[in-house]
Amino acid sequence: MFEGDFKKLVETAKKILPTSIYQELEEKVINSEKLTEESKEKILREALRQYVLSLSQPGEPVGVVGAQSIGEPGTQMTLRTFHYAGLMEFDVTLGLPRLIEIVDARREPSTPIMKVYLDEKHKYDKEKAQEIARKLEYTTIGKVLDDFEYFLGDNVVTLKLDPEQMEDKGVTVEKVIEALKRAKLGEIQVDEEDPNTIYITLSERVLPPEYMYHVSAYKDIENKIKKLYLKGIKGIKRAIIQAEEKEVDGKKVTEYMIMTEGSNLAEVLRIKGVDHRKVRTNNIHEIASVLGIEAARNAIIEEIKEVLQSSGLDVDIRHVMLIADLMTVTGKIKQIGRLGIAGQKPSVLARAAFEITAKQLFDAAVKGEEERFLGVTETIIAGLVPRVGTGIVLLTSPGITSVGDSGENQEEEK
Amino acid sequence: MSYNGGRDRFESYLIDRIVMGVLPPHEINRMARVTVTRPDLYESDGSPITGGLRDPHFGAIEPGEVCPVCGNTRENCPGHFGKIDLARPVLIPYYTDYINIVLQATCRQCGRLLIPSEKAEKYRKIYRRLKEKWPRLAANFVKELRKEAAQTMECPYCGARQFRIRYTRPIIFYEERPEGETRLTPLEIRDRLERVRDEDLELLGIDPKRSRPEWMVATVLPVPPLAVRPPITLETGMKSEDDLTHALAEIVRQNLRLKNFLSSNAPETMIEEAWITLQYVVAAYIDNELPNVYPLTQKRVRTLKTLAQRLKGKEGRLRGNLSGKRVDFSSRTVISPDPYISVNEVGVPVDIAKILTVPMRVTPYNLEEARRYVLNGPYKWPGATFVYKARSGRKIDLRYHRNYKQMAESLEVGDIVERHLIDGDIVLFNRQPSLHRMSILAHKVRVMPYKTFRLNPLVCPPYNADFDGDEMNLHVMRSEEARAEAEELLLVERHIKTPRYGGPIIGGRQDYVSGAYLLTVKNRFLTEKEVVRLLAAAGYKGELPEPAILAPKKLWTGKQLVSLFLPKDLNYTGKAKINSGPLSCDSIDCFHDSYIAIYEGKLLMGVFDKSAIGAEQPNNVLHVIALEYGDSKARELLDTMYRMFIRMLDMRGLTISLSDVDIPPEAREKIKDLVEEAKKEIAEMIKEFEEGKLEPIPGRSLQETLELKIINRLQKLLKDAGQIATSYMDPFNDVFIMAKTGARGSDVNITQMVAMLGQQTVRGKRVWRGFRKRTLAHFKPNDLSPEARGFVKGNFRYGLRPTEVFFHAAGGREGLVDTAVKTSQSGYMQRRLMNAEQDLYTAYDGTVRDLYGQIVQFKFGEDGADPMMTYHGKAVDVDRLIERFGVLKEASK
Repeated sequence: MFEGDFKKLVETAKKILPTSIYQELEEKVINSEKLTEESKEKILREALRQYVLSLSQPGEPVGVVGAQSIGEPGTQMTLRTFHYAGLMEFDVTLGLPRLIEIVDARREPSTPIMKVYLDEKHKYDKEKAQEIARKLEYTTIGKVLDDFEYFLGDNVVTLKLDPEQMEDKGVTVEKVIEALKRAKLGEIQVDEEDPNTIYITLSERVLPPEYMYHVSAYKDIENKIKKLYLKGIKGIKRAIIQAEEKEVDGKKVTEYMIMTEGSNLAEVLRIKGVDHRKVRTNNIHEIASVLGIEAARNAIIEEIKEVLQSSGLDVDIRHVMLIADLMTVTGKIKQIGRLGIAGQKPSVLARAAFEITAKQLFDAAVKGEEERFLGVTETIIAGLVPRVGTGIVLLTSPGITSVGDSGENQEEEK
Repeated sequence: MSYNGGRDRFESYLIDRIVMGVLPPHEINRMARVTVTRPDLYESDGSPITGGLRDPHFGAIEPGEVCPVCGNTRENCPGHFGKIDLARPVLIPYYTDYINIVLQATCRQCGRLLIPSEKAEKYRKIYRRLKEKWPRLAANFVKELRKEAAQTMECPYCGARQFRIRYTRPIIFYEERPEGETRLTPLEIRDRLERVRDEDLELLGIDPKRSRPEWMVATVLPVPPLAVRPPITLETGMKSEDDLTHALAEIVRQNLRLKNFLSSNAPETMIEEAWITLQYVVAAYIDNELPNVYPLTQKRVRTLKTLAQRLKGKEGRLRGNLSGKRVDFSSRTVISPDPYISVNEVGVPVDIAKILTVPMRVTPYNLEEARRYVLNGPYKWPGATFVYKARSGRKIDLRYHRNYKQMAESLEVGDIVERHLIDGDIVLFNRQPSLHRMSILAHKVRVMPYKTFRLNPLVCPPYNADFDGDEMNLHVMRSEEARAEAEELLLVERHIKTPRYGGPIIGGRQDYVSGAYLLTVKNRFLTEKEVVRLLAAAGYKGELPEPAILAPKKLWTGKQLVSLFLPKDLNYTGKAKINSGPLSCDSIDCFHDSYIAIYEGKLLMGVFDKSAIGAEQPNNVLHVIALEYGDSKARELLDTMYRMFIRMLDMRGLTISLSDVDIPPEAREKIKDLVEEAKKEIAEMIKEFEEGKLEPIPGRSLQETLELKIINRLQKLLKDAGQIATSYMDPFNDVFIMAKTGARGSDVNITQMVAMLGQQTVRGKRVWRGFRKRTLAHFKPNDLSPEARGFVKGNFRYGLRPTEVFFHAAGGREGLVDTAVKTSQSGYMQRRLMNAEQDLYTAYDGTVRDLYGQIVQFKFGEDGADPMMTYHGKAVDVDRLIERFGVLKEASK
């Protein structure tokens, strides 16, 4: 083979093959110094042949195959909540329940989790990481409150703060007082000897005299105080630092990242020191509203992949992509089920055959809908050939006139 | 041969479309052949009452009965509708949702849409354009429009003041007038609806041509023909009526009562009451499960199944009868294994072959064959059950036509013989649950004695079948097109590769794997006699290869035998299953024989085990052959080489005994020491915990921390004990071989038999429930020690203590409950996935679309590759290509 032909072949390969395959070929074969030209050509030709041969054939019911490929291993999936790989702090829903959650497109996952990666300045320093974690965690007075004391009939209540917790959450007494002031409960006084004890003289507006002897009134006030916001991001219940040993440029370094229970993507992205390109959440709707539908589509793929992986199941990524694409084609996340894709089909019969039969029929009557027998369910109902698989072929031969009839066999046997 | 079961006797049409709409009263009147006026069915002499619900004008249903309307007997009478003239109009549930919309959005005086005309005109333009292109957006648009109209409190046309309408499902309407809340009667509602203009309805999302709103208030009710609600005659001769007839009778009764009140000028309250009752009865006739409606019952016990109940749910009309088809020419029996039939075949009992038949058109070329079948008659296999004579158009049942000889001689070209199933026929074979497409495959028939279907055990994985009593279904296809499609697309060999992950789903399991291992293991040398026996099992017909050892005795290696079957230009390298732990290596430089190297079709190194020949092992030898040499080559391998593997076991034997799971006393002593050590450590932890010295894991409570730590420690103990146990076992111990090669069982199983069962968990925690503060009465309260919380140190070899049995059972029970819950959940999920995805297909241009034309992906899976044709997801595996063309040596230079 001479030079020109091989070049042409490479060109063809570049045009036809997906980039990832072509790049691999380029790296391992075309630019290889060890292989002879002859074997390079052989490999390239075979690669082309294999790729073209592997293409999904026209009519291939990829949807059905995809649904089966994900549904069939569902029987083998675990039903339990599992600990995160190597992480003891969190329980994360995995397995079948999580998969159902994803295809249901629930607004909130049952265990929302964020992985917050930090930027170059913060990720190698535990102190700095801790600081960011403190900024994330939603902290109320309740979290640093040790004791709440009151006497019936007395409008002065005593707050005792827990110094250890305050240290841990990075909260100062001043901050607590500030929060209390904002709530306008009454006059605030700090104990002269113990700075962690705060007295509040409740105003009449907060504790009307007629309720002075009601325990419930004090309880209400206690709860109100406990809920007072100190710092952090709404929705983030806990933030925990994770250390990871990594090798950068041959050096061993410890990288820190933050795992959070609860999720609030929009707010976390605003925090300085957070690597906004790497932050992740398992709340798909949040991703859709903050980063857009394409990101949500990728998130669905990633989440399903993770569930399958954790259960040790092997499903081709293409099937997962199809589900994700189907759920997001319209630009909004659609559920797989009666409120989403199945409930919005153009065919009355397909909808009625799935769920809420009677209502679908009445609605269709009022709207004067037409059943056109396009989808699979409808065509099967009508005894027609669904237009998938070999049914996609519309060309038919005139056929041989038939003579025979023994379809009545069964009846006569009775 | 086009054979259509006689459908061509009729003119046939394909359904093009169905138009949905509300049935208008004039239409009901037009099609009614009876007006039902009496609630009773039969006269005292047993004849049906004219004007009753059993009136013969509803259509002929008894055998021999002639229909007074169309003159047909029951075979051809389509059935005829009747009607009930309602004394006063009645609201129909479900439609009331729309009635509500119309009432809210239109003027109570003039019936115009409560939106000024210029604005309405603008909206109409937008709506029409939307509806053409984006029907879903149009629906949302309508919703907003309705809201706007409903909020207008003064009519822009006639200036009339509007009142709020309150709608309580399913059929009650109130109007909040200034003088107080007033109930709207169906009569008033109908009046108002009549006034609404067509062009206004369009904007409310209602098609005025097919469903005028006043039609939704029934003045006349259609009564379905008797064929829809057939009465049944019990053995006692008593007639029992269908639920629908009962429901209709109740409507007639209430209607009659109301009519009587009206004609006798009864007090208004009584009329009102009867009218409401009638409305509720009609509502229940449509749907007997409506909220706030008393369901119709029979003798106050059984609720009747009315119209909606007939359609609804799994066994309802739509899911049960329309989507779920039933077939003839099918059979079902127990399956049993037969490794000596091809994977493409299925063994069919003669008894079944004699009942299932295939229509065979007589041609000059098969005339003799057809005669032979007819001559055998229906009871002798291979015979025939029916003959269809083309000339006379008669069909002859051979069971009653005893002169087979004459029949056979009279056969001529063009006749059709309904012949028995014979060897080589294509049939479909299925095992439930049909979770994926490999649950129904085409097989070639092998007629056999006895009463079970015979199945090559290699085909078990796609069906997920075993032989502990499983039954399977077999279907005979009767059209040439179906058979051709089945043979090309559904034949077993076409499904060696699975589309789920790009790997083989058919392949060796269990004995095939241990047999392959024992055959190809390094120390296997076979005498000529043995070689001949093995090759005979595989049906090998060529020359024997040169023996590996010539003197003093000719000896062959197992690897030589295997090589005889591999394609002559196959190059392959890969890890064997045994390649782990002490036997692991990463390249051809391997001393443990655990790295497979095949060069030009010769197995040079490495043993064949699960990783080479097993099912569900992507990129193994079998998979690579199926991809590169074709499915039929892979099938050939399954039908030849694989038989050699089980013959190997026939010759060597594979069995396990107690001694296989026993270890020497010193090993047991070691394990005991390990247990003691772990217990001591745990006791330490518990002490720390009780003294409050335990350092909690961030975000966990002290208790949780302790539990986690204990569980981790016990897990480590189990692992260590298992390691000690296996290290003392003989490597050629059969149990060990099976686990190591992946044939059956795992390290965990071995550990459980030999060493200990370890910690039992319930919901991922140690066993904690049972008595107050303790699990069993054998322990002290608050005992946190391993033994008291479900740690089992016994093993299956030496047995468990009573408490241990209990804990083990608790853990085992959870597993059972889990599977029971899971199957229903995952079943529903799969149904939903299927429903959402079923319309998607790859179009000719490579895009993925649904059947309604929407594009979902521009290229399936971003590269357009069908996962079934890939190397575990890779459409082109570059490394494999380099390896395959034997350029490995070049490349590693």
